[in-house]
Amino acid sequence: MTMAGPGGAGGARVQIEGVHKAFGLDGRSTPALIDVSLEVQAAELLCLLGPSGCGKSTLLNIVAGFIPPTRGRVRVDGAPIAGPGPERGVVFQEYALFPWLTVAQNVEFGPRLMGVPAARRREVVARYLDMVGLSEHATKFPVQLSGGMKQRVAIARALANNPSIVLMDEPFGALDAQTREVMQEELSRIQRVEHKTIVFVTHSIREAVYLADRIVVMTSSPGRVKDVFTIKLPEARDRFAAEFTRYESEITRVVKEEVAKVRE
Amino acid sequence: MSTVTDLVQWGLRGAPLPRRRALALRLGAVLAFLGLWSLASGLVVLLGLFNPIFLAGPWRVLGKVAALAVNGQLWGHVAATLERVAVGFATGAALALGLGLPAGHFRLVRNLLEPIVEILRPVPPLAMLPLFIVWVGIGETSKIAFITYATFFPMFLTTVHAVQHVDPLLLRAATSLGARRARLFFRVVLPAALPEILIGIRLGVALSFFVIVISEFIGAEEGLGYLINDGRNFFLVEQMLGAAIVLGFLGYGGNGLVVLLERRWLRWERPPTS
Ligand SMILES: Nc1ncnc2c1ncn2[C@@H]1O[C@H](COP(=O)(O)OP(=O)(O)OP(=O)(O)O)[C@@H](O)[C@H]1O
Ligand SMILES: [Mg+2]
Repeated sequence: MTMAGPGGAGGARVQIEGVHKAFGLDGRSTPALIDVSLEVQAAELLCLLGPSGCGKSTLLNIVAGFIPPTRGRVRVDGAPIAGPGPERGVVFQEYALFPWLTVAQNVEFGPRLMGVPAARRREVVARYLDMVGLSEHATKFPVQLSGGMKQRVAIARALANNPSIVLMDEPFGALDAQTREVMQEELSRIQRVEHKTIVFVTHSIREAVYLADRIVVMTSSPGRVKDVFTIKLPEARDRFAAEFTRYESEITRVVKEEVAKVRE
Repeated sequence: MSTVTDLVQWGLRGAPLPRRRALALRLGAVLAFLGLWSLASGLVVLLGLFNPIFLAGPWRVLGKVAALAVNGQLWGHVAATLERVAVGFATGAALALGLGLPAGHFRLVRNLLEPIVEILRPVPPLAMLPLFIVWVGIGETSKIAFITYATFFPMFLTTVHAVQHVDPLLLRAATSLGARRARLFFRVVLPAALPEILIGIRLGVALSFFVIVISEFIGAEEGLGYLINDGRNFFLVEQMLGAAIVLGFLGYGGNGLVVLLERRWLRWERPPTS
């Protein structure tokens, strides 16, 4: 798959180095992230797990370049990031579709800005809409879509811009269980072809084990890296394999420790 | 009935009225109003409450309007009022958008303009009318300037607010897709702010019909406001009421034009059922 675009096929390496983030004014700021250091390899799919409010979205926002870290820095292929850029695509927890554009126009937004010629754009739109199963809804506006459909448009829009890094914040959170599994399979298939670097936030341990090369479990707020698991499973994964279940229960145990802390 | 908003409306307010029923209701309301008015003026005559000249019946008022239309006098007045409104409003809108869009987008511009606007805004436009007359004379310019002045503030303020409060999430989405500077503004900020900007425009249209009458009271030889004032001087109540009704219709038409624009530009808010 070769395509005109900011990243081209293949991912980039992301280095998160000693990132601290505190919200609020200096005197009474509350920490959200404490000393997070991670290295996401090129073409790696890294899942972030952790209790609600532990700073997963915050970390993703920092890597996207939307907010600066209080301390530390993020580098992409060695170069420090300065603000958001099209080589880092984002799928937002809240979809963030442009309501005045149709489904197709939303997906076309990035390629259009990149100056991709119209004929090529049509191909790209058709391909990604087909991938997320929304070809029939190309001319609808976002108000006409369900939450799950919006989320799929958001995924198509991010991928159609061909970023080398994709930051996904609970992208399948609004989907029903069946569609969710289909989308997981789609993503893992795309990943085998396009080899992007993906940081994927989820609350589903099963989802993480199904998709991830590595899983990072974060502590309860303020977020730190608690544990990192390398998932040594074959590329096409079987959710019912014994190995799969073993990872699942091991990670569940670690996550539960943190969730219990939040409840105390 | 395809959008979620439609469904929510439906859930909150019940099924929307079919078009024909809605139209019938509106027509009924107008007729009822005319009926009450006739009744009131009839009672004044019957009971001898006061000189019936003060409250002419609707049919006599409409007759007066028709007579003025037939002898051609009405059109000159309508044209004069419409021209002042059109030029005054258009200038107000151009200034409001020309200053409001950059003021909403750039903090520097906002900080420069806002103090001035905030000091001028509480001054009632009426207080400025004599000043305009002193500055530019009693002719057309002062009337147009008055409309421009009065309509500028609500349109400016809604434009600034609309641009300034575009959902930051949409801006993040756009920048992470590669949009910056001019393209970020024209492809995301502007369309996102448009619904609220159009609300301001609607306010401006309504306001311009509101204030034109006042400025036509003073030193005008033409215009519907002049017609009302002239009617007052010569006790022509039918002419006063007739001119007021024509103004009402013009304002209604002005609002209708903005509604047409909204239907066209904001189709995405309530797309047609497919
Ligand atoms: N803009 C902000 N201003 C102040 N505090 C914030 C801001 N954004 C996030 N926080 C705080 O930072 C912490 C982490 O929030 P974040 O949204 O990153 O959590 P999360 O892990 O994504 O949670 P969830 O799983 O529920 O989405 C929370 O305590 C939150 O209150
Ligand atoms: Mg979050």
